[in-house]
Amino acid sequence: MIGAHRRFSPLQRLLHWLMAACILAMLFIGVGMVSTVMPKYLTLVAIHKPLGIAILALALIRLAVRLRYGAPPLPADLPEPMKLAAVGSHYALYALMIAMPLLGWGMLSAAAYPVVLFGGWHLPAILPQSDSLHTLLWDAHFYLAFAFFALILLHVAAALFHALVRRDGVFETMASAAIYDDVAPAEQGRHAV
Amino acid sequence: MTAPHQSLPLGSLALIAAFVVAVAAAFAYTAGWFSPQRLTPGKLVDAFAPPSGAALGHRRNHAKGICFTGVFEANGAGSELSLAPVFVRGQYPVLGRFNLGTANPNAADATVRVRGLGLRISTPDGQQWRSAMINAPVFPVSTPQIFYELLRAEGSKEANAVATFAAANPEFAPFGDWAKNGPWTGSYAEERYNSLNSFVFVDGSGAQHVVRWSLLPAAQPVAVSTDELAKRGPNFLEQEIAQRVAGAPQRWTMVVTVANPGDPTADPTKAWPADRRSVEVGTLVAQQVEAEPDGPCRDINFDPTVLPSGMRTSDDPFPAARSAAYAKSYDLRTAEAKDYPRTTTGATP
Repeated sequence: MIGAHRRFSPLQRLLHWLMAACILAMLFIGVGMVSTVMPKYLTLVAIHKPLGIAILALALIRLAVRLRYGAPPLPADLPEPMKLAAVGSHYALYALMIAMPLLGWGMLSAAAYPVVLFGGWHLPAILPQSDSLHTLLWDAHFYLAFAFFALILLHVAAALFHALVRRDGVFETMASAAIYDDVAPAEQGRHAV
Repeated sequence: MTAPHQSLPLGSLALIAAFVVAVAAAFAYTAGWFSPQRLTPGKLVDAFAPPSGAALGHRRNHAKGICFTGVFEANGAGSELSLAPVFVRGQYPVLGRFNLGTANPNAADATVRVRGLGLRISTPDGQQWRSAMINAPVFPVSTPQIFYELLRAEGSKEANAVATFAAANPEFAPFGDWAKNGPWTGSYAEERYNSLNSFVFVDGSGAQHVVRWSLLPAAQPVAVSTDELAKRGPNFLEQEIAQRVAGAPQRWTMVVTVANPGDPTADPTKAWPADRRSVEVGTLVAQQVEAEPDGPCRDINFDPTVLPSGMRTSDDPFPAARSAAYAKSYDLRTAEAKDYPRTTTGATP
């Protein structure tokens, strides 16, 4: 592991924590809005749509940054199943960050709802109107939201496990507030996580 | 547990577990899983269902209807109230639906008191104004919670449940009076359709006006007894409007009424005084009627909170509840499309 980053780059850490707040808020807003008929329903929906598009944009930037800068390697002594879980769950998290907003956008398109962001500013439909597509995308958006939340809980539990139990420095690769990494950038393509 | 230099850190594991459980519990609370009394869109929609169950594939209320297309001819006067592009003088395409306020798509027309009109006006910039209006002059109740109680009374097996509800909720009286004594007509074209809910229009200067709107028929309403209507057959309204529009486009004047300060903007059971400022903003023209199964309105949700810039919801609690319930109804019926199939393949939605 000589020469590898000890931490995620500051930009990656910034994106991670910003998106963590957005996505957690998004999931709470989502389950909250579909459970109420009170006036806050409209407020929550009005936040849900533009925030979803913001998350999509951030996720695409984050994916590009990740492909460019990679990630710090996992500890060499991490058991193989945990490494596998770490790698697999991160693929799933990226997939969901990108897929969920697209499913929502597609679902609104298939129902012929205007996709309003702010004021009169709206996005084009990305799919033709279709009851079957709407149902498919709605189901996917709904059930994947719970899968996403479960995965985030697992992610948080694993991060805390690294921080409190293993104390192996994995938590600090993302939690550190340091701006400068003390190891020079090197070893492109070493995407250990 | 792979670190051999320390014993099993039960305290740390318990802390992690407690944290995860706390976040999950907050999520479940937000989702309403600990709040069985919360009025959810699903509960509201289910309350419409008759004892035999909801008609699959159909709207959960206003289930019987027929599509129309046409134009909205804006005369430009609405621009003094709202900067919505739909009020700029010009013609804008309309998709609409005449309908009956019943959960039964096969109800006989003469048995349904409330008639409605769903409307979607599109402007070239991609914005839409959707509205769903009814012919009653006021709404039966003042809040979505009380509306849910009314639906439960209507669905109750107890005799006199609605009478008991009406006695306990005097606000129901104006609607009840209309339902009992108001005239019936023989045509969708002779009805006046009212927004009932209030909305806020924002004009070019940023000033806000709380408004309600109505569609006033150009056709002269002719009162007909329900006995006479029953003789015309179960689907006379759809047959009549199809023939009538085929003969000549049918028109309604759209009138926007502006509240005075202090008017009951949050309570659709209360009509505003008749002397309030009103502005004729244009004319709705129904040009073509199409049966619903293959018609363009079948898969459209006439959600009254789909509004262009220059319009927004007011302190009236109903548009939010309607939006939530309509979405639920839409999600259910589109998933049940096989129960309400289109009759021709390749019909454009």
